[in-house]
Amino acid sequence: MRRSNAGSWSSSAPERAARRRALVALLLAVPAALPLGTAPGAAAQDRLAEGRREGRVVWYTPTALSTAERLARLFEQGHPGIKVDVHRSGAERIFQRLLQEAAAGIRNCDVLDTADAGHVVLLKRRGMLARYAPAGAERFPPAFRDPDGVAYGWRAFPVVIPYNPRLVPAAEAPRTWKDLLDPKWRGRLVTAHPGYAGSVLTQVLVLANRYGWEYWRQLAQQKPMLVQSVHDPSQVVSSGERPVGVNGAEYFLYAQRKKGHPVEIVYPEDGMPLIVVPAAVLAGAPHPAAARLFLDFLFSRPVQQHLAAEEGLYVPHPDVAYPPDKPRLGDLRLLPVDAEELERRHEEVKRRFVELFGA
Amino acid sequence: MIVVERALPVWIVAALLLVALMALPLGWLAWVSVSSERGATLAHYAAVFTDPRLQRALWTTLVMAAWVGLVAVALGAPLGWLTARTDLPGKAVIRSLVLASFVTPPFLGAFAWIMLAGPNAGLLNRLWRALTGADAPLVNIFSLPGLVFVIALYTFPYVYVMIANTLALIASDLEEAAAVLGAGRVRVALTVTLPMVLPAILSGFILAVLQALALFGSPAMLAMPAGFHTVTTQIWAFFQYPPRPEMAAAFSIPLLLATALLLQLQKLVLGRRGFATVGGRGAQRRPIPLGPWKYPALAAVLALMACAIVLPYGVLARAAFARAWAQPLGWENLTLANWTFTFLEYSATRGAVLNTLELGVTTATVGAALAALLAYIANRRLLPGHQALAFLALAPVVIPGVVLAVGLFLAYTRPPLVLYGTLWILFVAYVTKEMPVGYSQADATFRGIHPELEEAARVLGAGRLRVLREITAPLARGGIIAAWCFIFIGVIRELSASIILFTPATRVMSVVIFDLKEEGQFGAIAVLGLTMLVMTFATVLAVQKFLGRDVLGARS
Repeated sequence: MRRSNAGSWSSSAPERAARRRALVALLLAVPAALPLGTAPGAAAQDRLAEGRREGRVVWYTPTALSTAERLARLFEQGHPGIKVDVHRSGAERIFQRLLQEAAAGIRNCDVLDTADAGHVVLLKRRGMLARYAPAGAERFPPAFRDPDGVAYGWRAFPVVIPYNPRLVPAAEAPRTWKDLLDPKWRGRLVTAHPGYAGSVLTQVLVLANRYGWEYWRQLAQQKPMLVQSVHDPSQVVSSGERPVGVNGAEYFLYAQRKKGHPVEIVYPEDGMPLIVVPAAVLAGAPHPAAARLFLDFLFSRPVQQHLAAEEGLYVPHPDVAYPPDKPRLGDLRLLPVDAEELERRHEEVKRRFVELFGA
Repeated sequence: MIVVERALPVWIVAALLLVALMALPLGWLAWVSVSSERGATLAHYAAVFTDPRLQRALWTTLVMAAWVGLVAVALGAPLGWLTARTDLPGKAVIRSLVLASFVTPPFLGAFAWIMLAGPNAGLLNRLWRALTGADAPLVNIFSLPGLVFVIALYTFPYVYVMIANTLALIASDLEEAAAVLGAGRVRVALTVTLPMVLPAILSGFILAVLQALALFGSPAMLAMPAGFHTVTTQIWAFFQYPPRPEMAAAFSIPLLLATALLLQLQKLVLGRRGFATVGGRGAQRRPIPLGPWKYPALAAVLALMACAIVLPYGVLARAAFARAWAQPLGWENLTLANWTFTFLEYSATRGAVLNTLELGVTTATVGAALAALLAYIANRRLLPGHQALAFLALAPVVIPGVVLAVGLFLAYTRPPLVLYGTLWILFVAYVTKEMPVGYSQADATFRGIHPELEEAARVLGAGRLRVLREITAPLARGGIIAAWCFIFIGVIRELSASIILFTPATRVMSVVIFDLKEEGQFGAIAVLGLTMLVMTFATVLAVQKFLGRDVLGARS
């Protein structure tokens, strides 16, 4: 059954060798580049020593699990003696955990990044984030910068439409968000949940602003399968459970496609939200030095290059090269995302979504 | 007398501990459900009983639980009769498989059935389509019937145990008399056997319904994708941002009342069993020949076992070694990457496994000790009000895990005792939740030890505690170790309370599996699920060793 594409499950040997070489080069480059990239000489050495004394850094992140764990291992190899604890979940889940912990007086998290820009607005207002600008931030594109010097975007991805090319010929695939309302997709869609994923919450709001809540009401009538993470539709689509997704994180789909999973990406012609993911150190971080080392690491050129080349992400660093099969960010039609509005309306978005979709 | 007084503090402390475990969370639950910033209010209850979505969740849950009870009876009762009364071949194997279903974490079963019966990608549905050319799926697991089916697969053992254990105690002479008088096999079963086991069936039905009401993992995996909530998933959803614990508390009360009511009903049913035939051990029991029905019956039983155990375990093992679970398992799809990722790269694994083991061992040890102490007090009537003690030890049965968790969350996220964020709050939850299991086992153990031996030692001048240590404890050892194992199994599979009480620093295996499910990481879930099953079955083997019989209790 459906074996036509079977050979593509593993990449070819030369490809693997090339990737291994790139990774080794990256490993060698990270420790060398880091102290130089942040602060000159003695101060950097002090921070490294202090970070080692702290011994660990706790990272709350909505990054795809494989990407997050890969970064954690890379950091550990470049900073012997500092362990990274990854807590991966949806941005909305993480946010709730963080505030719940804060209310109970628990300080566990060191570094936070979130796919819901509204979170940063609220956390800043409450004074929960420390001021920390990564080195070279003045050269970042404006969308990734923070005028308050607290939370800079370290990665970005558009929310797109995934589909399974074995079940849907490219000519019949949806091309716009509106195409998803076609009766032929009834019972054949899957959507992630704005109560879990910050990027989906952003998407729901952005499309509601563009087409009205009527759009989501009609989409709900298509009876999509409901999953949680923005990464899950990829799995649902490539397994064939539903041939088309209402949403997907483009970088994750890109990586899955590269691994040979049957999933294709549609960049909707009517525009899409770009999710810029800010990262920040918590004001009460239990491991403050290690947290800053980790943030420096995320913004360092080798890591940013790795994110662009291997993980399929868009990054703020101006000196990275993207793979040829990725569209240039400037060529995509992006819809505006307003962090203040996200913060103001996220309760409403979640409430309406649950009312329309049932859970 | 003096000796008794010296031991008194020990009994009192044990009793107080029990009251604190129960009273504090439930007190907070009740209080928060009626309080607001402007004083006492019934607004939360009003909201719970007028919001149509919450009404729907409540109604869905009741319908679902009732169906689970019926299906569990339809599966468990005939199976109990077949293994206890007839000449069905392969009884030992069937009993082991029922036991396996009994200890399988229900959320793992639900997860496996997503891979088996997802309407489009599910392996069984794809097979069905390939064989028949049909367009519609055979089963859609993301539906209310699908949910009922999967939950019933792991609750029918409750009915089975009740039936099999009852039948094992009933002499078969009445049935034989009916047969001699010319009644057919079916008629005997319906008119003689059935009335005798009716209380057991009702009781099993109620146990199955209780299980279904309290489950969180299965509805979270099967109901939410289809766009509907049950009470447990709705309570959990109240904790999402912005959290509304007061609504969670108010919505917990109907669930609490339903469970309490059902247990009361069960007591009524069991209290009425007045047939003189029950309890006559030692009487003759001759297996009923099934004749031509032997192999059809066996086939039906095996089909059930395939659904509950063979297929789910198979598909879990398959996913653990596959790059993509939905693709054919050829060489190019075969991998060890899920294992290396889970155990070498995924940073949550180590902490979660350690937390689970640590909690399992401490909860089982403290819980078994406390249960033994309480059962001893109640059995030997060492304290005034020992009946109340027994009642309290069994009372947590009425508290579904989610509800208990809401209570504990409210009680221990504020000063003076901030246990939230530590393993302690999980420990308290687990001890409370597992106390009825531990207590029942310990109670049965002490009932079996005659007080004569203890009295002899007392006459010779030994104090109560010394008697306990030197006479009773060695005799009760097997039973108490079994209680330890039961609690341990209960703890490592616990999800419904943990999902509300965990923090990123205190994740346990079940929570990590749930986390992974939300991101669709099937390979890693399969690996952790298999690990959990290995831990469970190792413990089950330990129980059998110490108890000298199997966990389900009945002998055929």
